[in-house]
Amino acid sequence: MHFYLNPMHPIKKDFPIFHRLVNGKKLVYLDNASTTQKPRALLDALQTFYTTSNANIHRGIHTLSEEATEQYEHTRKKIAGYIGGTTEEIIFTKNCTEAINCVRFSWGQKNINASDEIIVSGLEHHANFVPWQELAKEKKAVLKIIPVTKDFLLDMDGYKKLLSKKTKLVCVTGQSNVTGTINPIEEITHLAHRVGARVLIDGAQTVGHRPVHVKKINCDFFAFSAHKMLGPTGVGVLYIKKDIMEQMPPFMHGGEMVESVHENIATYRSGPWKFEAGTPNIADVIAFGAAIDYLKRIGTAHIMRHEQKLLAYAKKVFSKYPTVRLLSPTNPKQSGGILSFTIPGVHPHDIATIFNNEGVAIRSGLHCAEPLARKLGINGSARLSFYIYNDTRDIDAAARALKKVLTIFKA
Amino acid sequence: MDIYNETILDHYHNPHHASPITSPTHMAAATNPLCGDMLTVEARIEKDIVQDIGFIGNGCAISQAAMSMLADEVIGKKITAIKKLKPRYIYNMLGIHISPGRTKCALLGLHALQHILPYEKK
Repeated sequence: MHFYLNPMHPIKKDFPIFHRLVNGKKLVYLDNASTTQKPRALLDALQTFYTTSNANIHRGIHTLSEEATEQYEHTRKKIAGYIGGTTEEIIFTKNCTEAINCVRFSWGQKNINASDEIIVSGLEHHANFVPWQELAKEKKAVLKIIPVTKDFLLDMDGYKKLLSKKTKLVCVTGQSNVTGTINPIEEITHLAHRVGARVLIDGAQTVGHRPVHVKKINCDFFAFSAHKMLGPTGVGVLYIKKDIMEQMPPFMHGGEMVESVHENIATYRSGPWKFEAGTPNIADVIAFGAAIDYLKRIGTAHIMRHEQKLLAYAKKVFSKYPTVRLLSPTNPKQSGGILSFTIPGVHPHDIATIFNNEGVAIRSGLHCAEPLARKLGINGSARLSFYIYNDTRDIDAAARALKKVLTIFKA
Repeated sequence: MDIYNETILDHYHNPHHASPITSPTHMAAATNPLCGDMLTVEARIEKDIVQDIGFIGNGCAISQAAMSMLADEVIGKKITAIKKLKPRYIYNMLGIHISPGRTKCALLGLHALQHILPYEKK
């Protein structure tokens, strides 16, 4: 029982980092919801750019600049295709958090007024919670929170009750980074649009893990990070529907995003370039294109099934220990490749430390979702998160570490 | 290097001075909000010397064990001297390697003690 993504081609071989040992043991990396490891193809793409085409983009006439520009814009097109949008609907940011904040400072600033209502969910990561809290405070708007059920799902009846003509914006994650809950974002978007509200989806845990088609979801804004899908750190993506983007003012000003600048006034470019002030993370955006190619070769639907199989196996193995509480929806179809758990009498940091001693990398704590932790009545949890290079042997190593925890703490 | 040795686990499961004391004169509370470690410490300090100490706490094994061991150490010592102690004192006391990610846990008790203030008389 191995659940290799492709038995003919062990994926770990493509990732140089798996050569290293941790505490004398093979690296078992189960912290993918935090960040993912990088394939050789991506590292090569980064190196190739800096050794052959490195130049600043957009305004240069010389060969290197033209090559860099072409490669950068080609990646924009690639990413648009990968999520089912169009090229002019893709903005590059630093990360998913910055993408969400762009909406807060640009669209939010202009469109949210006193007594307007913003709905977020109880499952949100701080990146898709705090900006709206701040916006609501600043504009004297009202923040409402979709309740979470005992089965770690969003309470959709509760959501419907929160919607009203006053709702201007609904912000929900495509998948919880704590419980793995996959939210019905198409339905959530449809219901929000019926009352005239806009919808922002946090796709940080979704893109690269399951197929995404933004036109099918029909959301107005969609944000995600490159580094959670084999891409480099320092690159985020913000998709905005074309007609909405046209109405949005820039929130950062400077070079690259201007049409012309006079002493008393400046005019701005249209399209995504309006939101990319200054020199962007050119090399890493281009390298991200290589990550997308790698994922497409495997097939995103294939990745989704792989994660589902790993989750099922992990739940089966961990369920053997009755004191371990799994924070995961009962229906496997409603969860992605994330499994958080708690053990009474054992702090998550102690769990993670013992796992680390066995070479198994997991995350512990609040996972940047403190409101959710409070709702669940816990002071944190330990979290396993899977991706393409994980297999059942990784989960077996995690189970051995778990046994050690239970033995040491007599839990 | 086993940080979860018998001593640490013993202090975690059977902490010393883990209860309120009679006639406390000073109190302090400390938390690591990012992980939920918390300690509330009471002490009876007379003529600068810690006569008795008690704590209530919740959190990881390192934070609770460190507080328990520290409580043993400070009885009979001068509070002014305790307030001058450096982190190295705690690491030596614990006798295990504390990684950067766990220093806040290990030092939580010391932090509380070093910020202990007289009880406000109502």
